[in-house]
Amino acid sequence: MKVKYLKLDKAEGPLIVMNEVRDAVYDEIVEIEMADGEFRTGKVVQIDRDRVIIQVFQGTSGISLNDVSVSFTGKPMEIPLSREILGRVFNGTAMPIDGAGEIYSNNTYNINGRPMNPVARLYPRNYIQTGISSIDGLITLIRGQKLPIFSGDGLPHNQLAAQIVRQARISDEEAGKFAVVFAAMGIKHDEADFFRKVFEEAGVMDRVIMFLNLADDPVVERIITPRCALTAAEYLAFECDMHVLVIMTDITSYCEALREISSAREEVPSRKGYPGYLYSDLASLYERAGMLKGSKGSITQIPILTMPNDDITHPVPDLTGYITEGQIVLNRSLYQMGIYPPINVLPSLSRLMKDGIGKEYTREDHPDVANQVFSAYSRVQEIRALAQVIGEDELSETDKKYMEFGRQFEERFAKQDFEENRDINTTLDLMWELLTILPEQELTRIDPSLVKKYLRK
Amino acid sequence: MAGQGNIIYINGPVVKADHMEDFTVREMVMVGEKKLIGEVISLEKDRGTIQVYEETSGLRVGEKVSGTGRPLSVKLGPGIIGNIFDGIERPLSKIYDSGFKFIPEGIGLISIDESKLWDVEMLAKEGDILKPGDVFAKVQETSMVVHKVMVPPGISGRVVSVAKSGSYTIHDTLVVLEKDGMRNELKMYQEWPVRKPRPVAQRMPIEKLLVTGQRVIDTFFPLAKGGTAAIPGGFGTGKTITQHQLAKWSDADIIVYIGCGERGNEMTEVLEDFPKLKDPRTGNPLMDRTVLIANTSNMPVAAREASIYTGITIAEYFRDMGYNVAIMADSTSRWAEALREIAGRLEEMPAEEGYPAYLASRLAAFYERAGYVRNLNGTEGSITVIGAVSPAGGDFSEPVTQSTKRIVGAFLALDRELAHARHFPSINWLSSYSGYVPMLGDWFRQNVASDIMALRSKMLKILQEENKLMDIVKLVGEDVLPDDQRVILEIARIIKTGYLQQNAYHPQDSYVPLSRQYSMLKVIDRLYDRAYSCVRRGIPLSKIKDEALFSDIIMMKYNTSDEKPELFQELCDRIDRYYDSLESMYKEGAADEG
Ligand SMILES: Nc1ncnc2c1ncn2[C@@H]1O[C@H](COP(=O)(O)OP(=O)(O)OP(=O)(O)O)[C@@H](O)[C@H]1O
Ligand SMILES: [Mg+2]
Repeated sequence: MKVKYLKLDKAEGPLIVMNEVRDAVYDEIVEIEMADGEFRTGKVVQIDRDRVIIQVFQGTSGISLNDVSVSFTGKPMEIPLSREILGRVFNGTAMPIDGAGEIYSNNTYNINGRPMNPVARLYPRNYIQTGISSIDGLITLIRGQKLPIFSGDGLPHNQLAAQIVRQARISDEEAGKFAVVFAAMGIKHDEADFFRKVFEEAGVMDRVIMFLNLADDPVVERIITPRCALTAAEYLAFECDMHVLVIMTDITSYCEALREISSAREEVPSRKGYPGYLYSDLASLYERAGMLKGSKGSITQIPILTMPNDDITHPVPDLTGYITEGQIVLNRSLYQMGIYPPINVLPSLSRLMKDGIGKEYTREDHPDVANQVFSAYSRVQEIRALAQVIGEDELSETDKKYMEFGRQFEERFAKQDFEENRDINTTLDLMWELLTILPEQELTRIDPSLVKKYLRK
Repeated sequence: MAGQGNIIYINGPVVKADHMEDFTVREMVMVGEKKLIGEVISLEKDRGTIQVYEETSGLRVGEKVSGTGRPLSVKLGPGIIGNIFDGIERPLSKIYDSGFKFIPEGIGLISIDESKLWDVEMLAKEGDILKPGDVFAKVQETSMVVHKVMVPPGISGRVVSVAKSGSYTIHDTLVVLEKDGMRNELKMYQEWPVRKPRPVAQRMPIEKLLVTGQRVIDTFFPLAKGGTAAIPGGFGTGKTITQHQLAKWSDADIIVYIGCGERGNEMTEVLEDFPKLKDPRTGNPLMDRTVLIANTSNMPVAAREASIYTGITIAEYFRDMGYNVAIMADSTSRWAEALREIAGRLEEMPAEEGYPAYLASRLAAFYERAGYVRNLNGTEGSITVIGAVSPAGGDFSEPVTQSTKRIVGAFLALDRELAHARHFPSINWLSSYSGYVPMLGDWFRQNVASDIMALRSKMLKILQEENKLMDIVKLVGEDVLPDDQRVILEIARIIKTGYLQQNAYHPQDSYVPLSRQYSMLKVIDRLYDRAYSCVRRGIPLSKIKDEALFSDIIMMKYNTSDEKPELFQELCDRIDRYYDSLESMYKEGAADEG
């Protein structure tokens, strides 16, 4: 009983408006066939009696008001999923683009997902060793966490994400249960190629699923790309018991697409023209990370976003930080000093770290020693500011030691090769080694018994 | 008869329908074939605008809207405590038990357990005259809460029949009241419209501390039973951890925790931890006095708007029984944003930053439901409201922070710099305040010590002094300052690291009773007095600052305990011994020279 409509009332930006539509369903998918046979998809975003507003994922350019045929599917967007998706490459709307054919499955999945019942969640507690000292030591990643990378244009966020994928250690018996879902939104071709190469070199390509909406792909499509990706991730994690790492980049492009639609709909904007519902919308992506009681799998999310102007108070990083369970913040001046990965640990945070480190997980001294390194490095910033004014020579003896601590922290701890994979013990020992630079009475964050046990002068 | 409307417009959570003449504003309605729960927000001629508390995806024009004949209400009765509900009081654990790991639409209006049998002890007798608020039965709801079954507001009469004490469900009639020939059957539960404050006999002055066991709060920025507080702070500054700490350790009888537009895992964490944690006063599991309301950030936004009303209505109900209730809303900003989102879809005129013009008045009306009161039944009870605020960009000048600041009694400003330095709780001691200090002075003096308020001011003054000195230090370094100023810096450092910083995850340090807070203050005070007087005598700071002593004082929070109060005395004695000998050394030295 599919009814086809042959006339649009209005087409503008990402939206088309149609009149005299009967029985439209809110949020349903519509198929638009153009005169030249091209197919586009859209979604009903508002219904006012028989007047329907449709958001067209591929945009309206080239659409004529009379020469189209629009059919309403009556259903929200659904994608077929099976284990066959492993190793496959799709476009931003989950169409295969690797020439390996369609995905056949009896089961299709609504890409919007549904909110996890908090009672059904399992609180994430197992840490993932990434082999990167700044992360493992100070911003520990937990399986099932959502931990974004806050970056800036030209900073090595892709390398960092790639290094994490390559090194993230999954114990042997679970190696076969590991998958990577990669969602690209508006990134450049060479960036996508970089990731593909990394996955190939790491020999994990057969466990990777890519959803690619690249810079020259339709902007509005970006709205569905991460939803397709997360639906695939949920399928793998909760129906196939896999540990899924989801990389989504670039969230900023995603938000810009959202802003474009919002302004086309003439909605009341909040900050910087972004819609008032940006928070809820981002949450509908990020909250799809986690673990469920009764399922062995997990979804760990590493969204990547570029902060416009390196401004962490910009709505995209700001609202992200309010939803995710911490953030890894990259810093331009560290990068200019030649430090890779240029992670500024002070504004970085892993909220789930507290429950996934320590005696039962990493090592008993981890919480305290991390705390101490944080506080020492933040003291370094104060002293550096002072040294700028009075000169380093004028600093007190203790302050000079802090200056040295700061240097070595950056050069020996934070800095690490793209290929270098440090295990957690190496990282923790390095932290103690750095702390020997400071007078012992400065170690006020560490339990004295641990100081006795671990500090080697 | 309840009306029936016809959907003509759908835009996210906002739905419009015609043929709505028989509906009333704020009426709870069922929307569409799935019977999604909604609420009428405005009526114009035959048209009604409805906000829908569930996902509207799949709804069509032409589906029906049916009325329920009553405003959005919650069921109040045994079965609330220890439970977790969504924004309109639907039980999430029951939904989970029915097999839903993900929250479906159209589950209808379910609430507290209707089939569970409770052991009821009847208190009313035939012939008693009962008025609103009177307690006619008791139920031991959890190990910590005796549920007092009350006559609902607006109902009174003479008891004409009473059930025997025994096991009943909430639907069984326990008492029949008669008045002017009219009969009222009273059950274990009552219903109440969430947007309407429950009546009280009288508001009373605020004069009792809400003990939180958090040093910086109790000592410097105290909360009051019946008071209000806001905790503003950018992301990651510690709002949730602070709220969790208050939910765990404050000396309220009942905790209502509203996760309003925040993370699912944070609710899960409470669900996993609270049953294992013991109340420091009674030793019972903390979950036995706690109720959770969860509308996580990915749950429907209209229910977020309702969630804080659901929470405060539950709080009022337990207050009416004579309990001290503390309610935490994390975060009120998400509630305000829900308001904004719906206002936007209604195409209302936006005021500042897109928020509707009524933001401030709605916020005020919510906080106004806090208070220390005499209840209708003569008992005293209180509601303390503590709201987290999440300012956009961490900038406190935005509308929600500012509107909240004008209303609340205590303002615990979280500071990004402190959080980055891992100084937790990151409550900024210069920009925070508690308006309750004057009202609580007597309480502190009677319940803690006569000199506690003086100590508090003295320490605060040292911190303020330090702040001024730091402006100079930033320019010239510390060494240039005279010793009588440097000693201030040293003591301030001890206050900051040894006292203000409190590690929520450290078993010794997570909760610190007032007696221990006081002892710690006394130790720091002793150190300050003795050190300062040595400076006055011209003894160099390098001698005065004994590294071992100073570091032991900073670490006293980990090394002392409630079981061994003598350790504080030992520290004081050590301070005395050290400075006695230092002073006598210098006296001799001075004598030698002379
Ligand atoms: N009292 C404390 N003791 C130890 N650590 C703390 C304390 N308070 C906060 N933290 C640290 O700060 C982190 C962030 O705290 P929290 O989650 O409460 O921030 P928030 O202000 O609620 O952020 P958001 O607005 O994003 O929800 C915690 O994960 C923890 O690491
Ligand atoms: Mg929080």
